[in-house]
Amino acid sequence: MAEKVTFTIDGLTVQSPKGISILEAAKQVGIKIPYYCYHPGLSVVANCRMCLVEIEKIPKLQPSCGTAVAEGMVVRTQSPEALRNRQSVLEFLLINHPLDCPVCDQAGECELQNYYMDHGVYDPRFNENKKKRKKAFPIGPYVILDQERCILCTRCVRFTREISKTGELAVHDRGHLSEIDVFPGVDLNNPYSGNVVDICPVGALTDRDFRFQCRVWFLSSTSSVCPGCSRGCNIEIHVNEHFNPRYHDKRVPRLKPRFNPDVNGYWMCDEGRYSYPAIDAPNRLRAPRLRQGNGWQEVSWQEAIQKTAAALREALEIQGPTGVAVLASPQMSNEELFGLRQLFRDVLDVRNIEYRVPLRDKVYADDFLITADKNPNSRGAEALDLGGNGCEAVLRDCVEEQIRFLYICQHDLTRGFDEDQVVRALSKVQFVAYHGSRENRTAALANVQLPAAVYAEKDGTFTNIQGRVQRIRRAVAPLGQSLPDLEILELLARELGLEVQPGSPGEIFLQLAEQVPAFRGMSYESIGDLGQPMHSFGS
Amino acid sequence: MKILTKNMHVPNLREIGVYESLGGYQGLRKSLRDCKPNDIIEIVKKSGLRGRGGAGFPTGVKWGFVPKNTGKPIYLCVNADESEPGTFKDRLVIEKDPHLLLEGTIISAYALDCHLAFIYIRGEFSYGATVLEKAIEEAYSKGYLGKNILGSGYDLDLILHRGAGAYICGEETALLESLEGKRGHPRLKPPFPAVVGLYRCPTVINNVETLANVPHIINNGPEWYAAIGVERNTGTRLYAVSGHVNKPGVYELPMTVTLRELIYDHCGGIRNGRRLKAVIPGGSSVPILTADRVDTRMDYDSVAKAGSMLGSAGVVVMDESTCMVKAVRRITRFYAEESCGQCTQCREGTEWLYQILTRIEHGRGRAGELEILLDLCTQMKGRTICPLSDAAAMPVESYIKSFYDEFAAHITQQRCVILPAA
Repeated sequence: MAEKVTFTIDGLTVQSPKGISILEAAKQVGIKIPYYCYHPGLSVVANCRMCLVEIEKIPKLQPSCGTAVAEGMVVRTQSPEALRNRQSVLEFLLINHPLDCPVCDQAGECELQNYYMDHGVYDPRFNENKKKRKKAFPIGPYVILDQERCILCTRCVRFTREISKTGELAVHDRGHLSEIDVFPGVDLNNPYSGNVVDICPVGALTDRDFRFQCRVWFLSSTSSVCPGCSRGCNIEIHVNEHFNPRYHDKRVPRLKPRFNPDVNGYWMCDEGRYSYPAIDAPNRLRAPRLRQGNGWQEVSWQEAIQKTAAALREALEIQGPTGVAVLASPQMSNEELFGLRQLFRDVLDVRNIEYRVPLRDKVYADDFLITADKNPNSRGAEALDLGGNGCEAVLRDCVEEQIRFLYICQHDLTRGFDEDQVVRALSKVQFVAYHGSRENRTAALANVQLPAAVYAEKDGTFTNIQGRVQRIRRAVAPLGQSLPDLEILELLARELGLEVQPGSPGEIFLQLAEQVPAFRGMSYESIGDLGQPMHSFGS
Repeated sequence: MKILTKNMHVPNLREIGVYESLGGYQGLRKSLRDCKPNDIIEIVKKSGLRGRGGAGFPTGVKWGFVPKNTGKPIYLCVNADESEPGTFKDRLVIEKDPHLLLEGTIISAYALDCHLAFIYIRGEFSYGATVLEKAIEEAYSKGYLGKNILGSGYDLDLILHRGAGAYICGEETALLESLEGKRGHPRLKPPFPAVVGLYRCPTVINNVETLANVPHIINNGPEWYAAIGVERNTGTRLYAVSGHVNKPGVYELPMTVTLRELIYDHCGGIRNGRRLKAVIPGGSSVPILTADRVDTRMDYDSVAKAGSMLGSAGVVVMDESTCMVKAVRRITRFYAEESCGQCTQCREGTEWLYQILTRIEHGRGRAGELEILLDLCTQMKGRTICPLSDAAAMPVESYIKSFYDEFAAHITQQRCVILPAA
């Protein structure tokens, strides 16, 4: 237990860990002190002066963000002077702030607007002309800057110095001429640049990508996990509740990082943040399709599953389980991998299962958040023991005509092998089923395409690189006729005449937790919003 | 009674030989020979010497705050960033008697167990920097600086650092930031520099005039020094007098002198026989004193009692032809330009004050704006990281309160009501 101090805040006697700021201690007991420059993930500068509070025996108001609680301290956050100070700080911040709110993306999540409700002057006494500054100019691939809206809290500057460690931004000039800008000839172009938009408390830094896409009050928010790499950054999926295909092309207009002290802190990378267009991308498989000569025919799920099941049954009859191979995917959730394992390995006794497909593309990784493994659930697939002799061995088996039925989940094999090699292998297989979300060169070689939902369209769990099991949640309905992977597997099992207990992902997870030691005792409740580490398992 | 300026008439005083021939560096010899570092701190405490930079904090007490045995080096920084409008006393010491400053610095560094000291000199003092550079060189060659000073075993290096022209770097923590190579932004306190200062090590920052007193205190003893002036206001001060007096300049006087004596006896009275209107007693940032306060004694406590501050003792005298709106507008412009821009109140407030004052001066003021100005000053005072916001607000507040009718007339008559000087 950390050492505690007892102090009084607004008449409440509170025990707080020694060394934390008054502002944080107040937050813990539900007392909200307004602030702009403070951010729990950045250094404290106390320059906005919004969070000043009265402390007994200290003559001047003190910044609650930069003052540690002390034994016996008596703090008043609502004293007349503290309240008057907030009002005047807001007045000072707003004298040169443009009246852009109707056209400002930040409107609705703007701390100037929010605090004005409580601390506004409402009777302006500024008789001068507002300062003109540079408006709406891009400072990098993702971020646009409006200097007139800026309140110079310097969160963005501190972010580029302390977190991304790239230092593109600075305060230029001095005093009332101060403005935030990139250094001459430099772009705000680092793998984490989008975070400055999140931490900007006003509309100075906005997202080029999200600009004018949607008013933020039309957004709903769903907690999930980024599928972009094995870090599993915690995110919020924002869904446009007023989505109308006539005006919008995306149901999900943005992703935001969600605080998780054990995974991503307050941050996420640009690669993950701007991956949301993939959810509604044109290359999504929207309906089950069967190969017809050189072309494709959209068919019903019933027909597609019938054809798949028939081919699978035939392979098993002719050659037994060795005639079947399955390429599972670390893009799939733990529940889906478990369902796949149950169907193919436990029931059909197929042993030729693999989940790893090497990637030949050069990938970016760093020592902060971005990992080299671009799959969100490799650790889960590993814990489920879905590794075989490697994908290359599977392809070799195909070439040697030992495989009559190949079930490929999600993978595009051409990203790991020469296309010729893939074509040659797959052409030797009687029936290739492609169970995935997107069109690609591997899907194009299949006999049937079974369209699967993406992470934002289903519930489940991913296990990140640290072995932390984290929840993904359905934010939008599966696109077109696509189905969550578990439902596809269920259809297939039923078609094979197997008795299937329909189960939600949460129920499947309980079965998984019962059977797989690494997950023992876990449930969606125990995982919660921030995830839960897997038990260690044999390496 | 002259202490700091007693030799300043001597030609070539800035040469080390001349300085030595007048008893220079004897204080240092005495310190290294007879005193332990702590003895010097006690002597300076006993002398009652108070900081000459503006705040007037007792120097010996400040030195006593430095924690010993932290395993970290202790630094001494000489604040030679004299930039307060109306103040030009340190410049005199630097340019005329650089070795006095060096001797004081070396003794003080010895007292603090400091082995690396810095002089942070105002960027505009290019001549002063040249003089100091040469003096430092001489002191090194004579063994007053460097390794094993005068065979005592004590080492000290001294580095002269030129600022880049920002007023705010005279604020001690902004000075440290600047010295570290960063933007000159005042730091959030606590921690205070005595504990976490330059490069996060214990640091003392002293004004030039303060340190220049130290050799004399060592040479003559603390009792001698404490007997000059009055209690709690010991020693002399360098009063830098400017404005509408016949003989502006730096006057070294014990702190028993009254404003009247300073203006009429020492500075030759007001030019052209005009009447006194107001006096800034301690640099442009302090509240103004009206003519009826002319019998105020120019020590820290008396000036405070009169409603202002002795500050840097930069005395600006204004006669009856001075327009107070114009005067305070000019001062406000300075602070608006020199605000570092960190804190909201100061960044926005200084400029807002300036904009309103400009309109009033130009005959475009509106009714009720004096009340707005006074309220803005209230909101700007005591709420920022450093005192620059207070420094900008105090003059505006005091000029309006002291000369309310003049400001009001500016607004109602839409013009200046003061006849320009002939």
